[in-house]
Amino acid sequence: MTNLLLFPILIPILTASVLLFFPKRIAAQRAVTVVGLVASIIAALFLLRTVMTDGVQAVTLGSWPAPFGISMVSDPLSVSLVLTSLLITLGVVVYSFRSIGEGREKYFYYPAILFMLTGINGSFTTGDIFNLFVFFEVLLLASYLLIVLGGEKRQLRESIKYILVNVVSSAFFVTTVAMLYSVVGSLNMADIAEKVTEIGQSGILTVIAVMLILVFGLKGAIFPLYFWLPGSYAAPPVPVLALFGALLTKVGVYAIIRTVTLLFPHDPGFTHELLMILAILTVIAGCIGALAYYDLKQIVIYNIIIAVGVILFGVAQMNMAGLEGAVFYLIHDMLIKAGLFMLIGVIIAITGTSNLREMGGLMKTYPGLAWTWLVAAFGLAGIPPLSGFFGKLLIVQGAFEADNLWGGIIILASSLIVLLSVIRIFIHAFWGEPMPVKGTSAGIYRGLLIPAVLVTALTVFYGVGTEWLRPLMWDAAEILHQPSIYIDAVLKE
Amino acid sequence: MEFHMIILVGILVTVAVYLLLSRNMIRIILGTAVLSHAVHLLLITMGGAGEGGVPLLRESDGPYADALPQALILTAIVISFATTAFLLVLAYRTYEESGSDNMNTIRRIDRE
Repeated sequence: MTNLLLFPILIPILTASVLLFFPKRIAAQRAVTVVGLVASIIAALFLLRTVMTDGVQAVTLGSWPAPFGISMVSDPLSVSLVLTSLLITLGVVVYSFRSIGEGREKYFYYPAILFMLTGINGSFTTGDIFNLFVFFEVLLLASYLLIVLGGEKRQLRESIKYILVNVVSSAFFVTTVAMLYSVVGSLNMADIAEKVTEIGQSGILTVIAVMLILVFGLKGAIFPLYFWLPGSYAAPPVPVLALFGALLTKVGVYAIIRTVTLLFPHDPGFTHELLMILAILTVIAGCIGALAYYDLKQIVIYNIIIAVGVILFGVAQMNMAGLEGAVFYLIHDMLIKAGLFMLIGVIIAITGTSNLREMGGLMKTYPGLAWTWLVAAFGLAGIPPLSGFFGKLLIVQGAFEADNLWGGIIILASSLIVLLSVIRIFIHAFWGEPMPVKGTSAGIYRGLLIPAVLVTALTVFYGVGTEWLRPLMWDAAEILHQPSIYIDAVLKE
Repeated sequence: MEFHMIILVGILVTVAVYLLLSRNMIRIILGTAVLSHAVHLLLITMGGAGEGGVPLLRESDGPYADALPQALILTAIVISFATTAFLLVLAYRTYEESGSDNMNTIRRIDRE
């Protein structure tokens, strides 16, 4: 079935369209959403099996020959990102039942999530750079709705900022696509890659490459462009924050990975060096932020920025170890960030505050939550055998192989700061004298904790099952390392 | 033709940046609208404006004009239309909540 790779995009958009007809019937909304997500996950699993056995899948819409029609491409990297996004969204949707509140559920919360998922899966799958812009806009418009839904004053203030930043960055994106089209004369990413190899990466193409890094860096929150992120992500309620933190920045990171490995890999002395410096600065800026705050949300949000830096540092090495580590770490980070945000949601639901100074002693009353947090925190910091370890090991190995000794050491040192920042939450929230808390009913506590535990268990499985996942990650990194496999798969028809 | 278009794009971007940097929310939104127009003009210019005949087989013998940038602009216009509409509604709602369209006042809502 050649159209299989379209199903993880089509099923969410169809489900969302159906949901628009009966917004006030919450039970039906929930049921249809879960059914749609499960169906998408099954489709994505089939797709994963097909990609693993038959290699890269490509389909060109309308049966036009490849460089003329819009290509959709599923390689091991994109299909594993699609599957991870779907799993996380299912977890967050189940988590939302007990936390998002009826008001939001009645006003198109679930359709917005599914439309955003359409955009995310589309961005991961598309093989056409203008189509990438369109899917970016799909996910952005849905995210505008999610960030402002509820209409609290703080949300309104942050939404304006978020939307303006993204509108300007979209304008930059279109400008860059226009320039790329005038130089190369194609929009198909495989075709562009081939043409850039033929004509050589001249100065103007390097300028375009840097502009693309800036456009995607604005969405992926790399060093000088992350200023909007901590405020905007903290405004919406926790389930939305979990989705944004786990998925949205990673779309930007994925697009940067494609830019520097597929489209413009020919001038590593400039573009990859630049990316590496920006990545290290991103890690340092994130570390400073993660230690500076006493606010649960802010600490974990700054950890997103650190992770973006670590992944891009791995990509900038451009050797197999670095790229494989980056792919490993990318998927690890999506899962673990979703888990961490869901867990701080539980803490906030119990204590009624996100300020670390106003909580303590939860260990005695909520031991299950405490131990899950500890496992997730160790996973984030990369303590073996949990999920963060292997990706970081490979990234550091890649850095040493590429003679970037200091970069590797900074990445290693950042793990300690990451560990410190999340253990600080553990110490303040779970140890010490019990503070009077708002408390929450046992039903809500279970309803929130169970999805959070499941996502955390998934990360543990991801870490322990590294050996089992290795072939998939190896294939993904090999295609990034040798783009000709990707190009041949798209242009062969 | 292309040279003049590029100059025009530059002027439009200048206007857009000036508007985006102002404090009044409606001016900022107009700035994003002007910026998107500038970008669309750039897109059509980059495809080679004013060159070639109608891209229909029996209407002219070629060379044909490139039809692709026009399709791209159509898509981009629809997207920026939707975004601008959303921003205008958001601005109105924010004005209702805060009683101001001045970004300096809005920046402080919920922080006092």
